[in-house]
Amino acid sequence: MIPGAPVRDRHVVGVGLPRVLWVPALVGLALIALPVVGLVVRADLARFPELVTGGAALSALGLSLRTAAVSTLLCLLFGGPLAAVLARSGAPGLRLIRPIVLLPLVLPPVVGGLALLYTVGRTGFGGRVLELWFGITVPFTTAAVVLAQTFVSMPFLVVSLEGALRTAGERYESVAATLGASPATVFRRVTLPLVLPGVGSGLVLAFARALGEFGATIAFAGSLQGTTQTLPLLVYQVREVDVDGAVALSLVLVVVAVLVIAVARPRAAEGLG
Amino acid sequence: MSEGRGRLVAELTLRRPSFTLDVALEIPAGQVVAVLGPNGAGKSTLLDTLAGLLRPDAGRIELDGRLLTDTRTRVHVPAHRRRVGLLAQQALLFPHLTVRDNVAFGPRCAGASRAEAARLAGDWLADVDAADLAARRPTQLSGGQAQRVALARALAGEPELLLLDEPLSALDVDVAPAMRALLRRVLGGGGPGVGAGHGEAPRTALLVTHHLLDAVVLADRVLVLVEGRVVEDGPAREVLARPRSPFGARIAGLNLVSGTACEGGLRTDDGTLVSGRPGHGTNGGPAVAVFPPSAVSVFRDRPDGSPRNVFPVLLVALEPHAEVVRMRAGVPAGGPDWLDGLAADVTPAAVADLGAEPGVPLWFAVKANEVGIHPATR
Amino acid sequence: MSRHRYTVFTAVLGTAVVAGCGGGAQPSSGAGGQPGEGTLTVSAAASLTKVFGELEKRFETDNPGVDVVLNLGSSSTLAEQIVHGAPVDVFAAASPATMKTVADAGLAGAEQPVFTTNKLQIAVAAGNPKGVTGFADLNKPGVITVVCAPQVPCGAATEKVEKASGIALRPASREPDVKSVVNKVTSGNADAGVVYLTDVLDNDAKVDGVSFPEADNAINDYPVTALKNAPHAALAAKFVELVRGEDGRRALEAAGFGTP
Repeated sequence: MIPGAPVRDRHVVGVGLPRVLWVPALVGLALIALPVVGLVVRADLARFPELVTGGAALSALGLSLRTAAVSTLLCLLFGGPLAAVLARSGAPGLRLIRPIVLLPLVLPPVVGGLALLYTVGRTGFGGRVLELWFGITVPFTTAAVVLAQTFVSMPFLVVSLEGALRTAGERYESVAATLGASPATVFRRVTLPLVLPGVGSGLVLAFARALGEFGATIAFAGSLQGTTQTLPLLVYQVREVDVDGAVALSLVLVVVAVLVIAVARPRAAEGLG
Repeated sequence: MSEGRGRLVAELTLRRPSFTLDVALEIPAGQVVAVLGPNGAGKSTLLDTLAGLLRPDAGRIELDGRLLTDTRTRVHVPAHRRRVGLLAQQALLFPHLTVRDNVAFGPRCAGASRAEAARLAGDWLADVDAADLAARRPTQLSGGQAQRVALARALAGEPELLLLDEPLSALDVDVAPAMRALLRRVLGGGGPGVGAGHGEAPRTALLVTHHLLDAVVLADRVLVLVEGRVVEDGPAREVLARPRSPFGARIAGLNLVSGTACEGGLRTDDGTLVSGRPGHGTNGGPAVAVFPPSAVSVFRDRPDGSPRNVFPVLLVALEPHAEVVRMRAGVPAGGPDWLDGLAADVTPAAVADLGAEPGVPLWFAVKANEVGIHPATR
Repeated sequence: MSRHRYTVFTAVLGTAVVAGCGGGAQPSSGAGGQPGEGTLTVSAAASLTKVFGELEKRFETDNPGVDVVLNLGSSSTLAEQIVHGAPVDVFAAASPATMKTVADAGLAGAEQPVFTTNKLQIAVAAGNPKGVTGFADLNKPGVITVVCAPQVPCGAATEKVEKASGIALRPASREPDVKSVVNKVTSGNADAGVVYLTDVLDNDAKVDGVSFPEADNAINDYPVTALKNAPHAALAAKFVELVRGEDGRRALEAAGFGTP
């Protein structure tokens, strides 16, 4: 009824689930979990500390966390209002806009990176303007990493927030308006608090996606230790010569991702409804 | 100001896929109007349009001399500047705020300080007998409690016009009477527990309801809406006694007798005692006795020896219904006016046995435990 | 007919299976389908794409009924696939190190001869607008340089040149493979990139090559082998022969590769 963490009463006897569903469900779980287990089994745990505390690894991890945080913030700043407009404005043409917003979800990230490269790269129209007017070149900078990550993770925030807005419905907002609240007050005091769980889960998803981003970054930002070489890029490169090192670094990514999801659980990750 | 607050003049047309709302109404300040009608008749559309949540295709709405809507001059005052309050079927309390903060919402929007708004909220909560709920969260309230708080919240917004959209229909049958009594007190103005400084003037209100009883108990006037048009409009008793539309006739299936509540029932203005079951909050005030036509027995001669209400009537009409024949009573020579329009449902065989035809004097009898006594407006 | 099979899916599945079982068992071929009787699978470094495409046609003409399937990718990825049991007949690597991975796993054939070499060159935009004339110019202010990451052969070679010449580059990016470096130059986002001579020739419409003497310090050797467990040992040996023979040498030279 009310958006928020649904509480399941342990006394409740549900209708039950057909047992046959368990089989594909477990296969699905195994498909996700087993490779991670395989990664752990494959890891050289004795050398693990040495492998992940190398200069390149720490630098990449730090860069990954910083850029993902900034990207997530940008997603909130721009994706939040975008979700509000999509869910509430009723403006004509929204049906055409929504598929555009979802594009990064279906595009291979490399394509996204190329698209960015040809837009704000040095030869793209945006890039030319930036270079001519402000003397800024975007590719090969940390800003490019952030841009690539924001590009791929924005839809996650928009989709979950728009869903939360639609679920919350407009009835509370109508009531608030009849009580004398201006649109700004309604948004601040009613809409925002109601969709906070949706914002939370959107932020977690966006952060996780930004953290794992590889394709768009490599295509658009390049790879340089301390500037653009995020952890996924480092994993990819180390893999060329040192599989143990790559596995160890992958485990770091897994741990960070699990931490992010665990910290946000259960309110955000499960609070989509 | 006890008069002149909240006079509503509205004239509007709004096209919907299944009907076109086409209504012109004028509600004097302080009047409570019940809007009855079948589903999809446009009742909620009417309320939402008055609240400013819907924009009519054509029309003009004026409240207390303020122009709220005028499609010709493209005036549309937004909902938050209309001073039109809305209480819906669902309480819709903001789930993230405490009860007190919910009620303080309106005063805060009107510019009251935090402390002032909290004080006002406390007053309004006391008015609806919910002061002890102030610190709770909406999820910790029962349906009846939530609706009382929602009422306090709507009132705290100091609306000049209060719109009530089936405020009782989602409540359990055992809590609805208390809420009905509370609404009556609030809408009628005055009454126990009303704090000084607000609420003493009668409130202009539109009440959408499915229940005849709500209309009788809460409203001064009844408006029947069918397919977007007003088919009946008049004092509650008049509409119910002489329905002029099929829907009016259907909902007017109840007999109503007004008077003053007394021990064991109700006393009419001419002194007749109508015995019945006293309802919630009937203590010497104006009241109405309500009973269904099916509970009325009809006799040629005065029945005696049983604890019933017995009224001499003059039969004025026979209306065939599905399984029964509805007898309409008129006033016999020298009888009280309230007998006019009383109905009794009897079998066609009984009609024959009684030799009933218009103009024949008859006796209507009804058992006391079939008669409900409810407080009524003025 | 020519068919380039990119074994991404096979590799992913193979990796999952191997990882899941902790390695060991030889998995059967994955979704790519069991190679038919006359199907020869050749895993070759991405830089050999063009040359091996020509050799594939040649081989199929000389051996009717045989279908050569080229599996192209980064040498280390290909080596990993072979170590994890991919059914491959011939492996042509862009570095002795990656060939060593396969040899250490005991999967290489008796011989792993170097069949060709590749040399670094600087790729610049057509017309060389920044006037890059040598390795030292890559550090000139206003010149955006990209190179390969040291983990891949072209990056390792670049590092060798840096050490030998005493010129430490300050690149804008160390890309994961040589094609990415080329792409950054052709797209105009980098002014210069250190790549192979063969890559410059491959993209001669868009880039110009600048040779530099220091490149001689880092000649890249390309070894080839008919794998020990090759499903089609005879055909594999024949393909290696073709690569090392006159036809192979001519095709390699035309593409800019050197002779060992």
